[in-house]
Amino acid sequence: MFDVFALGPTGWGDEMLMGAVMTVLVSSSSLLLGITLGIVFAACKLSNFFILRAIAEVYTTIIRGIPELLVIYLLFFGGSSAVMYLAKIFGYMGYIELNAFTIGTIAVGAISGAYSTEVIRGAVNSVPKGQFEVGKTLGLSGYSLYGKIIFPQVARIALPGIGNVWQITLKDTALISVTGLVEIMRQSRIAAGSTHEPFIFYTAAIILYLLITRLSNIFFDSAEKKYSKGYVSKEAL
Amino acid sequence: MRLELMYESFFKIVEGIPLTLQVVSISTILGIFLAVAVALMRISGNRLMSLPAYYFVYLIRGTPLLLQLYFVYYGLSQFEAIRESILWPILKEPYWCGIITLTISTGAYSSEIIRGGILSVSKNYIEASGALGLSQIKTFMLITLPITVRQALPAYGNELILMVKASSLISIVTLMEITGIARTIISKTYAPVEIFLVAGSIYLVINFIIVMFVNLAERRLGIEKAT
Repeated sequence: MFDVFALGPTGWGDEMLMGAVMTVLVSSSSLLLGITLGIVFAACKLSNFFILRAIAEVYTTIIRGIPELLVIYLLFFGGSSAVMYLAKIFGYMGYIELNAFTIGTIAVGAISGAYSTEVIRGAVNSVPKGQFEVGKTLGLSGYSLYGKIIFPQVARIALPGIGNVWQITLKDTALISVTGLVEIMRQSRIAAGSTHEPFIFYTAAIILYLLITRLSNIFFDSAEKKYSKGYVSKEAL
Repeated sequence: MRLELMYESFFKIVEGIPLTLQVVSISTILGIFLAVAVALMRISGNRLMSLPAYYFVYLIRGTPLLLQLYFVYYGLSQFEAIRESILWPILKEPYWCGIITLTISTGAYSSEIIRGGILSVSKNYIEASGALGLSQIKTFMLITLPITVRQALPAYGNELILMVKASSLISIVTLMEITGIARTIISKTYAPVEIFLVAGSIYLVINFIIVMFVNLAERRLGIEKAT
């Protein structure tokens, strides 16, 4: 029964593992993009300009109210032409095609960006007001205030929330399989189709996802512990 | 923007709304029963009950919904025993596989919401109820349940929206609900932006209506919004 998972050309073991690597890669790059978008849009939401706040509000409302699959279809079918349209403005007339990895990263990154926005906004709000005031009183502004005083505190508070966003992002990448990117989901479909053993391969896929979840939980837990050194835990209070 | 195409496809995509709503409401209602059962198992204090419930929730929350759907739709049909069982007329239909998968998924997620709600009921109330001579079942129905509903409702509203979004996945197993129709039109007309706007707005309106109803229910039950 386990012959099908042999490594090398006779089995699907190495292909499934490569699929897992691809899932981790595309999830990580999506999360990075998502956190970047989250910082930008959280700044918009907290800004004094009505237009910036409105843009950020529209972005998070759309992403949180529309199925992920539709967003992926939008980018899958429309991503390349959008990039070509932009390239034309800069005078490039050639044909550009985005690969499945890029499309997947942008789509899932945009989705996780909306969740990160809320996490980061909440974290910034929970930094005591006095920290901002003291910073300003000391004559700090811009990078020295936000980069050196506020950001480290935000990062600590946002970490558990980002862990949840990672969980959501990891699962959302399964949807990219519809665009042809060979990650766990796609690979197990291919293997299931060619061996006529869907049960085993989908079970293997489940195990791989749970394994990645388990490992990332360990990672986030240790990161949390590291960054909350010097703080009294809530349970202790 | 091709406005005429948007106008035409609007009427086509609208035809998918009944299927979306049907699948969401059937799985949500079935899911509540599953969720209450799983939540009660988890807080039962009996390891034979709470451990399976814990692993069930862990399994469902740790894997993508699409994989669960494939597992039910393709994975189970591999076995002759299932294809010859009385369940086969149900398990061969993508419609029922979609409903089964969504029910299991919302059952797992909502059980956590319900568990949190039940745990938030103060022990004093339960003790007071016992002192007044109410039976365990009466205590649950008259004390625990109403408080749980109040506690869980805001989070459950979010779960309903997630369900509407999740129902789009059944289009992958050939069901023509909103996303399925939208996808078909996109691949025919190659107008992803226009169709996205139409289908996306329909989803936003559905979710907006759900939010309104949940808010109304919250006000009726006197739940104060945490701001």
